[in-house]
Amino acid sequence: MAVHPTFEDAEAKGERNLRLAEANAPSSKVLRLPADEPLKLACDQLLGPISIAYETYGELNAEKSNAILVCHALTGDQYVASAHPVTNKPGWWSTLVGPGKPVDTNRFFVICPNILGGCMGSTGPASIDQKTGKPYGLNFPVITIGDMVNAQVRLIDHFGIDQLFCVIGGSMGGMQVLEWAASHSERVFSAVPIATAAWHSSQNIAFHEVGRQAVMADPDWCGGDYHSFGKVPRNGLAVARMAAHITYLSEDALHRKFGRNLQDRSKLTFSFNADFQVESYLRHQGSTFVDRFDANSYLYITRAMDYFDLAAERGDVLANAFRGTKTRFCIVSFTSDWLYPTRESREVVHALNAVAANVSFVEIDSDKGHDAFLLEEPEFFATVRGFLSAAGVRRGLKV
Amino acid sequence: MQKYTQGAGIPRVDHLLIAEMVEPGSRVLDVGCGDGALLQLLAETKNTDGRGVELSRERVNACVMRGLSVIQGDADRDLADYPDQAFDYAILSLTIQATRQPKTVLENLLRIGRRAIVSFPNFGHWRIRTELLFTGRMPRTRNLPEPWYTTADAHLCTIKDFADLAELVDAEVEEAVAFNTSGQRLPIRHSIALQNLLGEKAVFLLRKRHGE
Repeated sequence: MAVHPTFEDAEAKGERNLRLAEANAPSSKVLRLPADEPLKLACDQLLGPISIAYETYGELNAEKSNAILVCHALTGDQYVASAHPVTNKPGWWSTLVGPGKPVDTNRFFVICPNILGGCMGSTGPASIDQKTGKPYGLNFPVITIGDMVNAQVRLIDHFGIDQLFCVIGGSMGGMQVLEWAASHSERVFSAVPIATAAWHSSQNIAFHEVGRQAVMADPDWCGGDYHSFGKVPRNGLAVARMAAHITYLSEDALHRKFGRNLQDRSKLTFSFNADFQVESYLRHQGSTFVDRFDANSYLYITRAMDYFDLAAERGDVLANAFRGTKTRFCIVSFTSDWLYPTRESREVVHALNAVAANVSFVEIDSDKGHDAFLLEEPEFFATVRGFLSAAGVRRGLKV
Repeated sequence: MQKYTQGAGIPRVDHLLIAEMVEPGSRVLDVGCGDGALLQLLAETKNTDGRGVELSRERVNACVMRGLSVIQGDADRDLADYPDQAFDYAILSLTIQATRQPKTVLENLLRIGRRAIVSFPNFGHWRIRTELLFTGRMPRTRNLPEPWYTTADAHLCTIKDFADLAELVDAEVEEAVAFNTSGQRLPIRHSIALQNLLGEKAVFLLRKRHGE
């Protein structure tokens, strides 16, 4: 179990090798940009050569006007609507994206890249640094949401797409959507930021810090150099995931699912075993996460989210981020999401109103917490479908 | 606020009149847009670039599902966000009586829109007057069906009252039209006193007097 001292069994070692292979030679498509086309990062460093792993679904039309960029969240990846190569689970948004789905791949060309700093094939701390022949580890520069988006711009350039029909994403994916809309507005016809915010709140930074400290407190983290020692900070990363997972759910959802029910036993054991179902569930979430995710990636990506603040770079006035925008926005929040509460979406709406932008804003009634954006919520799906259809008409796309 | 539609597909008479007032291709903000019927009508007949604000979450979501640009918001709280003259028309259709601060809301409409269009149920209608006179109780009509203790219509007014408010906020009335109970437009030659007596609903087209 994740919270007990453990050694890596043969199966876990296999998973680790598979995961490391995916970090450097992904099963998906990959764009490799040469060293002489480095990415200028917010920290002023140049990063190159870089790889951007991505998946596509559907066909790009002749006018290149039907492309939708899907931005994934903290622990997501490019496999939005196809099976994950390590876990073999269906795509993380396969209920929303696919033929006949609200993001209809019969109509739209969907591009989903793995973010910069990720561990599924885009350049990140688990990638081999060509200068040393070893994984970057903590030599990887601290990146921002803006850096992730700038890497995506390279991918869109590669396709020769001048303007994306839509950029859509939830949580950290929504931050990328807002960053796209603020920094590359002429390249974004419509934007759907879901369950997100224009800056990371103090509470969210606090949760992330707990997660990072859990990883770094694990002796197997080896100061970030665990790859060299053939180790993985399993316990630390699992604890980070367990704590984070609680923030993705609502109290009601947890209570309904588990209550105080006991796990495979009729009475308390007077021990620290997983007596309660909720404990067993969290331990499972923690250990399965470790099998598919890189611990250093987790540190870097949470840091990028913490640094995100669209207003700070623009005189502390969020409306400045959107002045003159022609992008059509559809902002979505969920009633029981306490990680990115409706209040924070509303701040974005107010900023967009202040520049008289074209904006729709819906709050979806759901008791599933922040996770609701990944689940099949009929009202949410109908909203996305309706918004994209109307935007498609405005864009002159064939129905 | 009581919103009603006269069966699917048949536009409300006040909506049709508003659509007549709006220039084709203009930018429109519909405050209290309900199910989006007016926005849809304006988009279809006048090719407008329309936005809506609606209090009810269910109605907002229904609007967005239909492809309209609508946000969940409140006329009293959220109009302050919008910049001056952001729209050609700021419309408040059968909503002003349900706002907490009708004067502030009207001032905001005149600031945000080059013109404001306001429709409201006329509390000066003869039927309401007689009901109050003969029953001694708050009138309840087809337009205003709810009892006083549940209705959101906290600021009902007559046509004369509204004309006074327009004067107070320095708005010029470009057009004022009243409808009778069968939805027919009352002749313009009627005096305001007669409109106030016979009109069940009224629509005002206003602009700020010293604006621009």
